[in-house]
Amino acid sequence: MKAVRLALRLLSREWRSGELGVLLLALTVAVAALTGVGFLVGRISAAVALEASSVLAADIRLGSTRPIAEAYFAEAERRGLKSARTSSTLSVVFNGDASQLTNLVAVTAGYPLRGRLLTAVEPFAPGTPVQGIPGPGEVWPASKLLAAVGGKVGTELSIGAATLRVTRVLISRPDQGGTFAELAPSLIMNAADLPATQLVQPGSRVSYAGLFAGERPAIEDFKAWLTDHKQPGERLRDITDASPQVRNAVERAGRFLSLASLVSVLLCAIAVAMAARRYVHRHLDTVALLKTLGATRGFTLAVAVLQLLALALIAALVGAALGFLAQEWLLRTIRGLLAVTELPPPSAMPFAVGLVTAIAVLAGFALPPLIQLQRVPALRVLRRDVGPPPPIVLLAFGPAVLVVLLLIWWVVRDRHLFLYLGAGLAAFLAILAFAGSALVLLAGRLRGRVGVAWRYGVANLSRRRAESVVQLVAFGTGIMVLLLLGIIRDDLNSDWRRTLPPNLPNYFFINIPPAERDDFIHFVEALGARTTRVLPMIRGRLTAINGRPIEEGRRGGRGEEEGFATREQNLTWTTELGPDNRIVAGHWWTEADAGKPLVSLATEFQESLGLRLGDHLTFDIGGETIETTVASIRKVKWDTFRPNFFIEFAPGVLEHVAGTYMTSAYFTPGTARTLAELAHRFPSVSIFDIDELLNQVRAVLDKAALAVQSVFVFTLLAGLTVLLAAVQSSRDERRYESAMLRTLGARRSTVVQGVLAEFLTLGTLSGLIAAAGASLAAYYLTTRWLELRYTFELVPCIVGIAGGALLVASGGWLATRSVVNQPPLRTLRA
Amino acid sequence: MSSNPTPSTHAQANFDSVLKAENLSKQVSSPEGALTIVDDVSLSIARGESVAVAGPSGAGKSTLLALLAGLDTPTSGRVLLEGTDLTRLDEDGRARLRAERVGFVFQSFHLIPALTALENVMLPLELAGRADARRAAAETLARVGLKDRTGHYPRQLSGGEQQRVAIARAFVTAPAVLFADEPTGNLDTATGARVGELLFELNASAHTTLVLVTHDRELAARCARTLRMEAGRIA
Ligand SMILES: Nc1ncnc2c1ncn2[C@@H]1O[C@H](COP(=O)(O)OP(=O)(O)O)[C@@H](O)[C@H]1O
Ligand SMILES: [Mg+2]
Repeated sequence: MKAVRLALRLLSREWRSGELGVLLLALTVAVAALTGVGFLVGRISAAVALEASSVLAADIRLGSTRPIAEAYFAEAERRGLKSARTSSTLSVVFNGDASQLTNLVAVTAGYPLRGRLLTAVEPFAPGTPVQGIPGPGEVWPASKLLAAVGGKVGTELSIGAATLRVTRVLISRPDQGGTFAELAPSLIMNAADLPATQLVQPGSRVSYAGLFAGERPAIEDFKAWLTDHKQPGERLRDITDASPQVRNAVERAGRFLSLASLVSVLLCAIAVAMAARRYVHRHLDTVALLKTLGATRGFTLAVAVLQLLALALIAALVGAALGFLAQEWLLRTIRGLLAVTELPPPSAMPFAVGLVTAIAVLAGFALPPLIQLQRVPALRVLRRDVGPPPPIVLLAFGPAVLVVLLLIWWVVRDRHLFLYLGAGLAAFLAILAFAGSALVLLAGRLRGRVGVAWRYGVANLSRRRAESVVQLVAFGTGIMVLLLLGIIRDDLNSDWRRTLPPNLPNYFFINIPPAERDDFIHFVEALGARTTRVLPMIRGRLTAINGRPIEEGRRGGRGEEEGFATREQNLTWTTELGPDNRIVAGHWWTEADAGKPLVSLATEFQESLGLRLGDHLTFDIGGETIETTVASIRKVKWDTFRPNFFIEFAPGVLEHVAGTYMTSAYFTPGTARTLAELAHRFPSVSIFDIDELLNQVRAVLDKAALAVQSVFVFTLLAGLTVLLAAVQSSRDERRYESAMLRTLGARRSTVVQGVLAEFLTLGTLSGLIAAAGASLAAYYLTTRWLELRYTFELVPCIVGIAGGALLVASGGWLATRSVVNQPPLRTLRA
Repeated sequence: MSSNPTPSTHAQANFDSVLKAENLSKQVSSPEGALTIVDDVSLSIARGESVAVAGPSGAGKSTLLALLAGLDTPTSGRVLLEGTDLTRLDEDGRARLRAERVGFVFQSFHLIPALTALENVMLPLELAGRADARRAAAETLARVGLKDRTGHYPRQLSGGEQQRVAIARAFVTAPAVLFADEPTGNLDTATGARVGELLFELNASAHTTLVLVTHDRELAARCARTLRMEAGRIA
């Protein structure tokens, strides 16, 4: 109680006397940065996820071979979620005598919950978004289907026992998928018409899906509920198993944004550490006096902790409010670019996270100095030079290191990366501290050879030895993390530019009969397009792994495993490794391997089934059993939109099996006629228009890029402010001595030059080490974590060094200016 | 909060001598080897007595004061304050004892800059857990002639005024012993004289034991006894 009263009184007095301004500023800026970045990351990734989830036409999708129980929809409704149903089945559609095998998709009102349907009035025409679904009695067939059966808008199609009228041509639907499991062209119809077709009979193969969408937290809750309540045969999908192209982009953006959060946390830690040092510095005398007057150690510690806690509370509230306002302003400014009508609402999460992180950082970085502070002996009241005993190293740095490690772990959640980052950071700090000591030593030597201003400034560096080293470490770390973020942003952006060049393949052709393969390629070339690689495509089923049979409809596996193991697989064989494939384990086959039953797996497939090199996979291919051995694992860049397969066979194994070919090509927009010609000339070839999928991916990438950019700028500004605040915190140490110098007759300009010299030296060195550290860390993070190409850039290094020097010098100058301008007497008397 | 000395520390309870030092020594290690700053000092000070400690700069006066007040621990020997052996107490124990029984006045005032004059005087009362801190502090401030300055911060006060606040703070708890280390050292002669005056005045009326380290011959002369210190020894 006593401690609380005294703590609050001291606090309010120190506040009024302006003592706490700098400390509070540093803390507030730190919390503002932390929560601002947190809010921004949360909301922008929600916007990105929203975009990405259009590939499911929903936020979550529950699929099954049996009708989805009404109970799920009731539960969704109770939770305020939107929902819709789809049922799809394969059936032959007739227009008179002309027929085509079709993927019938019956949908209910509300479909699609995410993304949009594009339709047109003639096949292969550019689509326009449409609201709603086909009315009862209406159907929207895909271009290919309509072209194949020779119909147009107004044609009546026979579907099972029903006759339905074509009112629009379906150009694309958001959930058509990028994996081409469904080979037949689709047709969308109203679910109300499904019974009339009499196609759904016991034994008929129908896939049912429940679509659900809503706000993030509600969706997360519902997903958890579904996971608990769903039946064994029901498969849950959400954005995490959306198309690989979109998933890649979203994951990378998410990783970058977490990194930005981590950077803001580290900056926060720097601010707190500097502020705490200053606090300790200023309170040595007070604590010694309190002890002299009879205060116990526990009491003085309580006072200090309470003071800092109160301060933290104020900083947390004000900072969080500022952080919120700043990101709100930023989001409103870029709303047009984000192309969303309403911004995802902020959740309370970043505020809580910001608060908890602030307290954790405070505990890690401020508590040790405070404990150190209360160890100052009472004797200091008689002997000014008596300070606290040297800190116990473990106690002084242990908590800070622990907090930083926990935070890094929290962000990366990857053992290897964590170890590397932790070790890297430790090495970096050690180098900084070492360089600091070296500088201090060198500065001491240099003193005799430079002008008075430089001598004064540089002498300061070596005199305030510990202080200089600490500042170097703080500035160096701050500049390093900001540079790192900048470099990674560049790598990410240039990768995204590379990923989606304008003339990416936008049509996939599947089911090309072997006999027509060469004709087809020539025909496409004659139309002015070029096919990408042409690969055989053979259907097969994985039946056993290492001799253990996989049961049909295997239960209880991880969602994906279940899917992979039961789904029919598309297999291929090829001699050459695609340029968008990289071997991550094992070896690609050589000529000598031809004819050996070897397979190469994509990492997605290998990971989801937990397979290893040398495992034996048994396939059922057209009734023939083939035993294979896993020879290599490939990392596939799916976003090249070339034919790629999870499972590739060595040549000489599957040649005799009946199969077809597939390829992709780029057609300039407005080639409806030529494609109709193609469809007519090769009736058995399935054509997939993936323009809309590309647009989806582009939209996701654009948003992700924007997110990365804006979060970067925000973090940069916050970081600069934190560093400025840190420089400010060294102000009062300079106050006294610059007054001294002026009293001794130094001109104002000499003192200012001295200060500039000191900070310039400090800033340049910090920048130098930071640039080196950032380049190294960026190399590692880019290649290992984001799996991108790293290009060394000189510019960030120069920016780091020059920026560091400029930042620290101007910060120092700003901080000292008012001091230098004061009449010396006032400072000395204070 | 109050310190109840354990029976063992009462070993040689002698309530006539409120402060007693036995073979007190303090050595520190320095680059030139061990340095003896206080060398085998024994003394006894009676209740209500005023003792001046004089001597050249560097003689070890402040160090002796710190040892007597329990701000520092001796290398050997012991200090008895009202019968309590300070060397047997830990840091917190000595702090509690100081809160109850000891007052200080320093050369450089040592007021807390963030607190007003009144709050600075209230501080030791609050630390000792006294209830009527505000009233007692205001009264004491009035006695040192700073009735109108209670709400001022240290930096708004002159040196002499600051030292008077410090004197009020030292006396407000009615300590058994008051230690003063060069209380006039930072003041000009006239102000110093007035501050010295005040110190003795309050000391007389409060029957406090005064241990005064000073260069000032006049101030030393006003004490009942003067101990001369030279190179760590009482001459
Ligand atoms: N902890 C210490 N380490 C080294 N020297 C010390 C220490 N404490 C005191 N001294 C030295 O002992 C001598 C006596 O100091 P002090 O007691 O302050 O003298 P006085 O108050 O008489 O001027 C001085 O030379 C001082 O520098
Ligand atoms: Mg002295």
